[in-house]
Amino acid sequence: MPKITYIEHSGTEHVIEVPVGSTVMEGATKHRVPGIDADCGGACACATCHVYVDEAWLAKTGTPGSMEESMLDFAEGVEPNSRLSCQIQITAELDGLVVRLPSSQH
Amino acid sequence: MAGVVIVGAGQAGVQAAESLRRGGYAGAVTLIGEEPVAPYQRPPLSKAYLAGTMDLDRVILKPEATLAEDAIAFVPATRITAIDRAARTVTAEDGRSWAYEHLILATGSRVRRLPVEGAQLAGVHYLRTTTDVDGLRAELVAGARLAVIGGGYIGLEVAAVARKAGLAVTVIEAAERVLARVTTPEISAFYQDLHRAEGVTILTGTGVTALEAGADPARVGAVRLADGSTVPADLVLVGIGIIPNAELAAQAGLATTNGIDTDTNACTSDPAIFAIGDCASRPLAHYGDRRGRLESVHNALEQAKLAAAAILGTPPPPLEAPWFWSDQYDVKLQIAGLSTGAARTVLRGDPATRRFAAFHLAPGNRLLAVDAVNSAPEFIVGRQLIARQQVVAPEKLADMSISMKAIAADPA
Ligand SMILES: Cc1cc2nc3c(=O)[nH]c(=O)nc-3n(C[C@H](O)[C@H](O)[C@H](O)COP(=O)(O)OP(=O)(O)OC[C@H]3O[C@@H](n4cnc5c(N)ncnc54)[C@H](O)[C@@H]3O)c2cc1C
Ligand code: FES
Repeated sequence: MPKITYIEHSGTEHVIEVPVGSTVMEGATKHRVPGIDADCGGACACATCHVYVDEAWLAKTGTPGSMEESMLDFAEGVEPNSRLSCQIQITAELDGLVVRLPSSQH
Repeated sequence: MAGVVIVGAGQAGVQAAESLRRGGYAGAVTLIGEEPVAPYQRPPLSKAYLAGTMDLDRVILKPEATLAEDAIAFVPATRITAIDRAARTVTAEDGRSWAYEHLILATGSRVRRLPVEGAQLAGVHYLRTTTDVDGLRAELVAGARLAVIGGGYIGLEVAAVARKAGLAVTVIEAAERVLARVTTPEISAFYQDLHRAEGVTILTGTGVTALEAGADPARVGAVRLADGSTVPADLVLVGIGIIPNAELAAQAGLATTNGIDTDTNACTSDPAIFAIGDCASRPLAHYGDRRGRLESVHNALEQAKLAAAAILGTPPPPLEAPWFWSDQYDVKLQIAGLSTGAARTVLRGDPATRRFAAFHLAPGNRLLAVDAVNSAPEFIVGRQLIARQQVVAPEKLADMSISMKAIAADPA
């Protein structure tokens, strides 16, 4: 299973094995990684699953869709490497992915 | 050792357990649920899970192992049948009992059954649990004729999934328009047009008087309408609303009206007992002294956090405007606020483009609600303005050349 590293705003790291076909968001919420709320459960409707993708991985995680992009546009502290983690599907290629979490999702 | 006992392991119950642990609660947390599976989310049940594009593992909110790591004692397949408020215990159908210091009722709601002859026939489905979906999905075969009784969100979402799966779909709605109970005429009209464009037959103002068997006397074959005509159907989905599971609370003498009565902290008439989610009636912040029951994920999460904060003795989280979403075909609807009592509706954008929003304003132009179709900026800004009880300029909202960011900065 691909291993994903989540780095909390405080610096605490969590390395989680996340099954292919699920999402970066699910890896966090199902394994007690605090800092991703995911209120809508992955429907791209709430923007409470914001993460910063490590620069080295941006090519592999791809680009946000139009709905995601316009939700992100209003998120707190948005950066060029911001994504909604429920919209990043886990593939074998993402083994080793590193994402950082913002200080708050609301 | 008594700690917190949570009855109902759905969206609200599991959030309360988690919020207690994240907030540092050190006592026992016991999460008791009637269903046999780990806590799961319901929204995908009428969307991706029904379509078969999302499996059960992904619908589950917290696997049992994760609950255990959080020292949340999860007790599945157990129905609580009595609360003894004097002794502070709850008892299950099988006689087991648990003592509590604080009790959280998160019992959700159940579907309203269709009160007509023939409703017990095979091929008649409801949609609330994963088991319901498994039965329905097995019958969603291309070419079959599906009659959806009730044009609410769940009925319309199922209609969309079934059309994509190649079924012939008829939606039968008793009111004059679909979504009549939950939204405004503009949005109802949009969804009727959308579904008709996708090939769904929509009958409004049409009552159902019976379900009739077909060639197989044990199985549904047609829906009999109030005017005497019939709609042939190989299967039927009934989505005519829900009833709050408030009986347990009422039997224990807690105040209930439409659901279990709660205050701003989600506390019931007994200070040791909280009620959260679909089963609870709450004060509607941002709407004066109105109270009501909200049937949404956001409400379940917000009340769970309120109850946890009250038990922890920490400040309550800020109250957000209530919100909801619905996915049908390629159209995402996001609704914030409550439009009841609106004096006027302002449209932003053209419904024909499948990207527009309807803003609902109180007398004096305070923003009450927004229905945003494929329009995230309108939803997000609308939600913030509603929470601030902001007065807005209707002509700005209607003007697409003024961005929502500009409106957020200067709404009036
Ligand atoms: C098909 C469907 C689609 C939906 N789509 C959306 C959507 O897109 N967006 C949105 O915001 N909302 C949606 N909702 C609504 C949302 O899912 C509910 O508002 C939410 O699940 C309420 O959470 P809850 O915890 O109060 O109730 P539930 O999630 O229903 O959980 C209550 C649990 O308590 C258990 N229980 C009841 N009585 C007892 C007892 N006596 N003892 C033990 N256990 C008991 C029940 O078995 C159940 O598991 C949808 C609902 C459905 C059914
Ligand atoms: S979980 Fe809601 S947008 Fe990602």
